Amino acid sequence: MNTQLSAENVVASQNSVAVNGKSKIIEIKGLNFFYGKSQSLHNVNLDIHEKQVTAFIGPSGCGKSTLLRTLNRMYDLYPGQRAEGSILYRGNNILEGNQDVNMLRAKVGMVFQKPTPFPMSIYDNIALGVRLYEDLSKGEMDERVEWALKKAALWTEVKDKLGKSGLSLSGGQQQRLCIARGVAVKPDVLLLDEPTSALDPISTSKVEELISELKGDYTIAIVTHNMQQAARCSDYTAYMYLGELVEFGETDQIFMNPARKETQDYITGRFG
Amino acid sequence: MIGEHSSKQYDNELESIRSKVLLMGGIVETQFLDAMTCFRIGNPERADRVMREDDAVNQLEVSLDDACSHLIVRRQPAANDLRTIMATIKVITDLERIGDEATKIARIAKALHARGAVTVSHYEMVRGIATNASDMLHDALDAFARNDGKRALQLIAQDAVIDHEFRSIMRNLITFMMEDPRTISAALDTLWVAKAIERIGDHAKNIAEYVIYVVDGKDIRHTKAAQIEDSTPEQAE
Repeated sequence: MNTQLSAENVVASQNSVAVNGKSKIIEIKGLNFFYGKSQSLHNVNLDIHEKQVTAFIGPSGCGKSTLLRTLNRMYDLYPGQRAEGSILYRGNNILEGNQDVNMLRAKVGMVFQKPTPFPMSIYDNIALGVRLYEDLSKGEMDERVEWALKKAALWTEVKDKLGKSGLSLSGGQQQRLCIARGVAVKPDVLLLDEPTSALDPISTSKVEELISELKGDYTIAIVTHNMQQAARCSDYTAYMYLGELVEFGETDQIFMNPARKETQDYITGRFG
Repeated sequence: MIGEHSSKQYDNELESIRSKVLLMGGIVETQFLDAMTCFRIGNPERADRVMREDDAVNQLEVSLDDACSHLIVRRQPAANDLRTIMATIKVITDLERIGDEATKIARIAKALHARGAVTVSHYEMVRGIATNASDMLHDALDAFARNDGKRALQLIAQDAVIDHEFRSIMRNLITFMMEDPRTISAALDTLWVAKAIERIGDHAKNIAEYVIYVVDGKDIRHTKAAQIEDSTPEQAE
């Protein structure tokens, strides 16, 4: 096996190391996660860097979505699920009980695999979330909706039908509406859980284009089954298997010359 | 050993490319040896065969390039697969050039013997460099076939010997030409042959460098020898 490790290429068993001195926005340390009695994440150590895209790849059931869901405590909504270890978000351990999870989720937004527009107008789909956290005038809200739709590259397609139902949009548009909804509350981090798996190639490339634009302002973590997508749009890639982080490093390094044989087998299609 | 892909077809495609490269390597090796035999004893039929085989080598280059681009578009290879394909595209370029150099030697040999301008020592002059270059080419192809990074690294150092031999041949030939201008014609032909052999050594070195890229993911082209030795290659499993 190729045992060489460059400084940029950090293997899971080692402690997390800052990559190229870029600032860490989220530091995951010794994270274990349980669905009832079964443990689905084992001692995950990983740093997510500010204004960078981090992709999580691995076979189904490897724990990548679970890991994403811990980052804004989405698992709290389900009884019997619990996380151990620490996740420092801007230095603050979000796994501690006294967290305001609503505020956390405003800062760490999430977009799911299937587009989930609310059964209301396009305008209200976006305004609803904003109203929860901010008290804006009509004019300010109009501006915010337009800003979010522009950020999500949807504005030109919907500006004349903001009053129409969000459900009337195509799948790709619905997903971008969900991203606009996530962006509208001005989060810090966007979590994308297989955001394009239900979309056609053109919508997919629009969403990918969006990811590269959004990373100027936000930190993005994306779970994807599409390895080419991870290679195309991420700066860092984490390969997970059976609840463990096998390898984490710069995307180019992971796809050109991974340090671990397990990673190489997975990304070259020699898996199982 | 590197395991198999989930897709058997992908394995077959990679294997087919690999065996075609080795076939191409085998042809240029024979071309080179035949060309040197022609230079030694003259044999116009054999020289013609070397030149004809160049067409087969050129065809293989085209069809392998095509197979590699098809594999890239269909499979989007990554990591060691990607490096193998990238290296293959480069290896076949070098092999094709080696074929050209061998053809050049055959052409010169044919002309030299046809003119009857052969000197006793013309072959002896290049015997050493030809043997070294031929061994180096053989070993480079062997290292490529086996993904042997260590062997490839040793080969790279060997190229310096060939370069040195070429300079020494040139000095020798200059002395001959100065002493007896009647030898100039044959000496120049011998020099062209020596130069072609030296170029074959360079191409074999390139192939060795691509082997290291495949095995270790390190691009050591245009790196000084000392730096290369500092980074001893790891062996792939």
